[in-house]
Amino acid sequence: MAGGERGEPGRFGGYGGRYVPETLVPALDELSVAYAAASADPEFASGLDALAAKYVGRPTPLYRARRLEAACGVAPVHLKREDLNHTGAHKINNTLGQAMLALRMGKPRIIAETGAGQHGVATATACALFDLDCVVYMGVEDIERQSLNVHRMGLLGAEVRPVASGAGTLKDATNEALRDWVANVGNTHYVIGSVVGPHPFPRIVRDFQAVIGREARRQFLEAEGRLPVAVVACVGGGSNAMGMFHAFVDDEGVDLIGVEAAGHGVGTGKSSASLAEGRPGVLHGSLSYLLQDDDGQVRPAHSAAAGLDYPGVGPEHAHLKDSGRARYVSVGDAEAQEAFRLLARLEGIVPALESAHALAWVQEAGRRGSLEGPVAVCLSGRGDKDVGRGDGGRGWRGD
Amino acid sequence: MAIDERRAGGGGRLPGAIGRRFATLAAAGRPGFVPYVTAGFPSLAHTAELLAGLAEAGADVIELGVPFSDPVADGPTIQRSCQRALEAGTTLDGVLDALARFRSRSDVPVVVFSYLNPLHSRGIGTFLREAADAGADGLLVTDLPVGADPALEAQLVQSPLDSVRLAAPTTPPGRLAEIARASQGFLYYVARTGVTGARAELRNELAEELSAVRALSPRPVAAGFGISSPAQARVVGAVADAAVVGSALVDRLEEAGVESAVELARALRRALD
Repeated sequence: MAGGERGEPGRFGGYGGRYVPETLVPALDELSVAYAAASADPEFASGLDALAAKYVGRPTPLYRARRLEAACGVAPVHLKREDLNHTGAHKINNTLGQAMLALRMGKPRIIAETGAGQHGVATATACALFDLDCVVYMGVEDIERQSLNVHRMGLLGAEVRPVASGAGTLKDATNEALRDWVANVGNTHYVIGSVVGPHPFPRIVRDFQAVIGREARRQFLEAEGRLPVAVVACVGGGSNAMGMFHAFVDDEGVDLIGVEAAGHGVGTGKSSASLAEGRPGVLHGSLSYLLQDDDGQVRPAHSAAAGLDYPGVGPEHAHLKDSGRARYVSVGDAEAQEAFRLLARLEGIVPALESAHALAWVQEAGRRGSLEGPVAVCLSGRGDKDVGRGDGGRGWRGD
Repeated sequence: MAIDERRAGGGGRLPGAIGRRFATLAAAGRPGFVPYVTAGFPSLAHTAELLAGLAEAGADVIELGVPFSDPVADGPTIQRSCQRALEAGTTLDGVLDALARFRSRSDVPVVVFSYLNPLHSRGIGTFLREAADAGADGLLVTDLPVGADPALEAQLVQSPLDSVRLAAPTTPPGRLAEIARASQGFLYYVARTGVTGARAELRNELAEELSAVRALSPRPVAAGFGISSPAQARVVGAVADAAVVGSALVDRLEEAGVESAVELARALRRALD
């Protein structure tokens, strides 16, 4: 099944597809049709652009981090400030677009899964704005380690449903959201938060997130008069990375570097590095790299960063890995936590622990002397949610 | 129920054990009883006992579930049974071994019921050979809808196993016809929009839907999802070629053990006659 080019829609190389219970197939067809119609409708694009400008605060700045450069020995380093978006992460780029699709399809109820809570908050925000009912599934472990975002979702009018099955993290929340969708597919749209899931979700989420890379590419050319040698982003499901990479895929001289969460370390059995340690498998509707045992049972992931704590990865990343167009590396909990503190001290920016993985890799590669500028890093979210976990919080320490 | 030769075979090939069983049922005017079992719950030894008991209770076809870590089409009962089966160390080899042992003592047709990933991990070709060698008669893959992966689906169709496909209440008529043509052995109609699990009520529209589905399907139609009591099985048996009961049996097994689950199976079989 894996590898090899295939002509079927919704495939990236051999990856992706639509491996779902029959009940959902008509809804995915409906979504494909609605998305094609919206894509061809100039009013949809102008509506989304207007929201991006007036509500989200786009374009987000590309900021040159000079004190970080000095500490890393790499220059110039530009940060794409997705943390400055309304709600504090790139997730809002996708949720507003999908909420507008739900309106076009006449679906009054929205469900979502969330790990770090950033996608849950962004979904709850879009639902408040468009007057849609909102239910967010979140693992009990994540509810505990990202409690700030749980409160935010409640304030925004969303119902947060705790998921206790499995490890109580993002994978389990996604299972439960899929089960809800199977039962309520008639009136419900599932706003998937990353470039994962069955076709057409990986494509739709990438397209809504591609604004990150489009802006960053233009801003980089304005600032440096050239393209970066490397574009770096963290990868859990991989939506900020795919959004950042997409505009650069055809720029042959630009290295695309995805940074997975190694947790306690690749090979320890406590990581989320599906591209490094996984093999092709089917989870949540698509074929991609997957952490699994010899018998095809999904292995629990681990990362201190709840948003990266997922055993799968978007199918387009699997294709970019196999084709060699992108390179995937990994960074552990401890290094990410160090980068989290470093950026706060050096630049006055508290990054999300997820985004700190990308920063940590730049820092490490700079120290090793294996990376030269200019570099663009996607700072996918802000870290308020991770503050206060420095003393005794399990997520912070990564154990 | 009238004898219907169309319903015996299917897919332009000779009827396998499943087709022959449905032909016998049709000739006798009896609806079929299709119990579901999660292999390895609470252990493979229990599964062996349960399979023997279900055959003795008059099961016409048995669905043998391969436990999976992430069963997104299943409700709490079967989720829990999968989790406990995996905790008990159940592997795909163990499931096939249990099947082979059962096959050495019984000719009741068995459909292996699985999510795709455990089979994909084994390699589809390898799995199909091993399952056929173990005595499986059919295969149903929960998360492989018709048209999702034509190359893989062609492998299933060409294997000696009947490739049983699912249709749902959300399936539009054109697609329903396509699924009915693709399905081998029988067509599995999902009796409600939702995940598996015992329910107190059947939907009012179910009888009408099933009669439309049967009119379209060249093969027998079994209905499942949410059928839990003998009374419900009787209602479904009047409008479908077979009733599938899963979660209610797994619940009973969990609460009261193998003997009690077999007792429920007998009651379900009686209700269908």
